[in-house]
Amino acid sequence: MITVEGLEKSFGRQAVLRGIDLEMPTGSITVIIGRSGGGKSVFLKHLLGLVRPDAGRVLVDGVEITGLRGAALDAIRRRYGVVFQGGALFDSMTCLENVAFPLREKFRLPRPEVGKRVEAALAQVGLEGMGGKYPAEISGGMRKRVAIARALVIEPEIVFFDEPTTGLDPILVNTIHRLIQDLHRRFRFTAVMVSHEIPEIFEIADRVAMLHEGRIVEVGPPMAIQQSETRVVRQFIRGEPDTAEVS
Amino acid sequence: MTDTAVPLALRPLETLGRRTADVVTSLGRFGTFLAVAVAALVTPPFKLWAFLSRIVFIGYRSLLIIILTGAFTGMVLGLQIFLTLSRFGSEAFLGPAVALSLIRELGPVLAALMVTGRAGSALTAELGIMRITEQIDALTVMALNPMRYLVAPSVLAGVVAFPLMTAIFDVVGIFGGYLVGVELLGLSQGTYFGEMQTFVDMTDVMLGFWKSVSFGVIVTWVCTYKGFNVGHGAEGVARATTQAVVLSSVLILVWDYFFGSVWR
Repeated sequence: MITVEGLEKSFGRQAVLRGIDLEMPTGSITVIIGRSGGGKSVFLKHLLGLVRPDAGRVLVDGVEITGLRGAALDAIRRRYGVVFQGGALFDSMTCLENVAFPLREKFRLPRPEVGKRVEAALAQVGLEGMGGKYPAEISGGMRKRVAIARALVIEPEIVFFDEPTTGLDPILVNTIHRLIQDLHRRFRFTAVMVSHEIPEIFEIADRVAMLHEGRIVEVGPPMAIQQSETRVVRQFIRGEPDTAEVS
Repeated sequence: MTDTAVPLALRPLETLGRRTADVVTSLGRFGTFLAVAVAALVTPPFKLWAFLSRIVFIGYRSLLIIILTGAFTGMVLGLQIFLTLSRFGSEAFLGPAVALSLIRELGPVLAALMVTGRAGSALTAELGIMRITEQIDALTVMALNPMRYLVAPSVLAGVVAFPLMTAIFDVVGIFGGYLVGVELLGLSQGTYFGEMQTFVDMTDVMLGFWKSVSFGVIVTWVCTYKGFNVGHGAEGVARATTQAVVLSSVLILVWDYFFGSVWR
């Protein structure tokens, strides 16, 4: 279980997170939705230990990570898999080397074992035989799938997805969502996903939290969020234009 | 404290104080960055492959530009020094004059400036792009230290590659001077090299060597720091690359003066 309590963060005079409280249960898929610039990625970076909060704390299975550094924080991160927005694949490595990298460097597995697991991971995301290509030589959808394979090859307990379908066409969005759902059923990891994909996201989420102006304004099962009476949630889900911005 | 809380008369003082604090903080970060890189360098696991690939990146790929600039620097020196010495009838000292100029001063400085322009800028741009595309964050969340993988091998490669590039620059430059002085202007080969052996000693070679080692640290330190702490987007990478090249070049010249003043 990941628990966030009273998380606050400001950059200069701009308050990005204004006291977030949220629980992300073990083995479930929690999706954070919200408008662009609402602080979703900053929130995710706090969960990854990449940004330190001004106030509040993040607990992973009861261990507070906000004060951790060095080896102690790395011990928590060894349980993580992360799919970044743009994939964050290493340009200088082939797809196969990218997927093999955490196995070689983090777990120092023997070469045959690494090869076996990399092939299996690429097969799981439907990219058999594509390992020899460089990230620049494949499409955006393939890059996302390689990034998912790299995140899952180490069999993490917790997987973070930062807008894994941004910039993809609707067919690829559903393909990636189905892939995440399949892999989640198979490995039962705890998933935290930041996404804009409405309404597709409701099909794979166990819980949805709406982040608005630095606060969680609503959290609950997908059905409850879809039927929410809260104005900003309704407006976001229906994609209603902001009249203040239009005028 | 808000701006309005500070009386108008004290605002300039407050601004000065804030700027000073910013500069001191930046210098502290800059120093800590090198300390962390050195710590990653001397503790296992050692990244031998990353180090070798950086040697290729910084050294091997700079060879052509080093040979080209070394040759023409030596030729210019050969010509100008010969013309100057001939006014005093001292052409015989062309060899040592060219060699000492190159070994003590021009070799380390020009080689460092050339490598900064070619490899330093590329180093900053590469790390900057890795930063904005979250590749550095990806390493961090894999519980792998990006300083160990990206910065420490570059600094060590700079320490190894810069003296080698300088040595090549010096040798090619001396032969450039030979080409002009001996082959074109008619000085005897024996005089050119013979006088060189008389006047150039190990102290001169070691001065050039240590200068190039320190330049290797300065350039890789500045360029990796700038790349690692890049701003946003393509503009941020462009700005960081420019700053890295300008700052490295200025520091090379400033450090060269002080180093040369202390070690004569």
